[in-house]
Amino acid sequence: MTEQPILHIAGLYKQFGDFVALHSIDLKVMEGEFLAIVGPSGSGKTTLIRLLVGMDEPTEGTIWLRNRRIDTVPANQRPTCMVFQSLALFPHMTVGQNIEFPLKIRGVSPDERRARALELLDLLRLPRNYYGKRVTQCSGGERQRVALARALAFDPEILFFDEPLSALDYRLRKTLEKELKDLHERTGKTFIYITHSLEEAMAMSDRIAIMRQGRFEQIAPADVIYSRPVSRFVAEFMGEVNLFPVRGGSLSEAAGLAVAPSAMGRAPFDGVPRGTLMVRPENVKFLPAGGLGADDAAPDITLTGRMRAAFDLGSRIQYEVEPSHGGRIVVETLRENRFGGAMGTEVTLGWNLDKCHLIAED
Amino acid sequence: MERLDRRLGLLAATPLATLLAATFLAPLVVVAAFSIMPAKVFSLWNVPDFSAYAEFFRQGYWSSLAWSLGMAVAATLILFVVCWPLAFAMAKVYRRFTLVMTVGVVMTLFVSENIRLFGWVLTFMKGGMVEGTLRHMTGTGFDGLLYNVPVIVFGLVYVYFPFMLFPLAQGIAMVPDDARNAAADLGASRARILWEIDLPLAAPGIMVGSLLTFVLAAGAIAESKLLGGQAVIVIADDVETAFTYGQNWPLGSALAMVLIAIIGSVALYGVSRVDLDAIMGRRR
Repeated sequence: MTEQPILHIAGLYKQFGDFVALHSIDLKVMEGEFLAIVGPSGSGKTTLIRLLVGMDEPTEGTIWLRNRRIDTVPANQRPTCMVFQSLALFPHMTVGQNIEFPLKIRGVSPDERRARALELLDLLRLPRNYYGKRVTQCSGGERQRVALARALAFDPEILFFDEPLSALDYRLRKTLEKELKDLHERTGKTFIYITHSLEEAMAMSDRIAIMRQGRFEQIAPADVIYSRPVSRFVAEFMGEVNLFPVRGGSLSEAAGLAVAPSAMGRAPFDGVPRGTLMVRPENVKFLPAGGLGADDAAPDITLTGRMRAAFDLGSRIQYEVEPSHGGRIVVETLRENRFGGAMGTEVTLGWNLDKCHLIAED
Repeated sequence: MERLDRRLGLLAATPLATLLAATFLAPLVVVAAFSIMPAKVFSLWNVPDFSAYAEFFRQGYWSSLAWSLGMAVAATLILFVVCWPLAFAMAKVYRRFTLVMTVGVVMTLFVSENIRLFGWVLTFMKGGMVEGTLRHMTGTGFDGLLYNVPVIVFGLVYVYFPFMLFPLAQGIAMVPDDARNAAADLGASRARILWEIDLPLAAPGIMVGSLLTFVLAAGAIAESKLLGGQAVIVIADDVETAFTYGQNWPLGSALAMVLIAIIGSVALYGVSRVDLDAIMGRRR
């Protein structure tokens, strides 16, 4: 990786009538990076990618590709390329003609085009005899690979993806996620991937940018997004999470949490904490019903509640516990560690400080 | 179960099939039969011969046919060029205005074709709107714009405009926006997108529009009579004359059969080349 970013977005702003779709966005993407941009529908991610590929022009702000300003360059003159959500394969062409399309536009000779198309079929692990097959006769996964091959034939500086896997069934999606990640490593290209599924983003990307209402909420590697979200929005975006409002040091008043004396004064309870305490379901443990044994260390934070429901997720079991002061706590255990007691049983939950995270906002 | 469905389907199709056979197929069979009768007979109880077809080549009827087909081809090509941008705008650019355009174009069909053509006669004739205004303003006039081949082609273009416009708009509507965007994204210029994406993907609409206008224009008679005067004789004119003034039904039938054979084969060939189901809404 070089120091200079391959893509540099500065103050990108887009307005449609009275509606502001993007609020002065800044972003730097490094060469060879796999960046996922994640957000719910209406968060502005589609607007952003349309600006990046040149299907629309920004109201304000600039986009730099290395040293070249590209925000005013029309789509057909930008050295970037996109895999569309619909894949946008040309239905009247064969697989080979689709892949060769960018080369044909560039005036590459038919022999050279064919050779390159066959190479790309190999790279995407499609049989070479697919060259003459009609794209309308290909399966969903095969079309996906053809679309990728066509984009790679263009040899773009940056390859954009607009939720190309969203229409596929779960198993095929998982397979293609792995293939895409593998392809990223093999080609060394810069990938920018838009999706509404954080799970999909986490499976593939180096860094994740979470979008909300036309702004970036957080841009960080998957680990950080998962365990140290900057806001409730980001925390709740990735599946189940338990959140407790924190006012001063008096946790128990607000949320019914019991904090061990030894934990006070340690982060995040140093100073006067204020915000929202987050703990993921898999980090919450059931404490033994008969109390802790002599050798067991008491967890830093505990609370009691009543077991309400259990959901089988396959490798894991998810439980809903109703704390004595009301509300709902979600706990997840591995199947082998499943909770043995009956529904309605009184349970004590606990976790350590290093497993939770204080979100600064309320 | 499936066999029962098929039987019921056949049963349900019977009324329409009967109607079509009686009103469409039967007259065709009669005309075909008359075309192989000896000259100037009015009954089918005669020894068949092909004298009427021989007449087609002996007399100058082939030149009437050539004029009809030639002007139909010209009108179709002009209509395609004129209608493409408009159809494109209707399918992809205008939103509510498309409805206004549709209503506007369809409304012209409410007035009979002959009356509209007479309107053009008044516009183009000597002393009419164009020539009269010019003479009034400049003092010098000319012979008017009627009675030539270009004005007949103009008439064909004018009358068959909707028959090209709507199928074309339908065809262009079938071109996915994403395919056009993807082509641009992959470096294609507007001209390349038109050539590589728009035209091939709109082909069913282009084919339907072209066939409709060509078939109708090849059999047209009013435009050449009203606007063209006697500048050229079209084949439909000859057919009419043979049946009425000439009192030679076998000749008229033979001329009609030649026209039907040519137009029929063009239409069949065209239809076989495109996926008509696509334009009827089946997904590809």
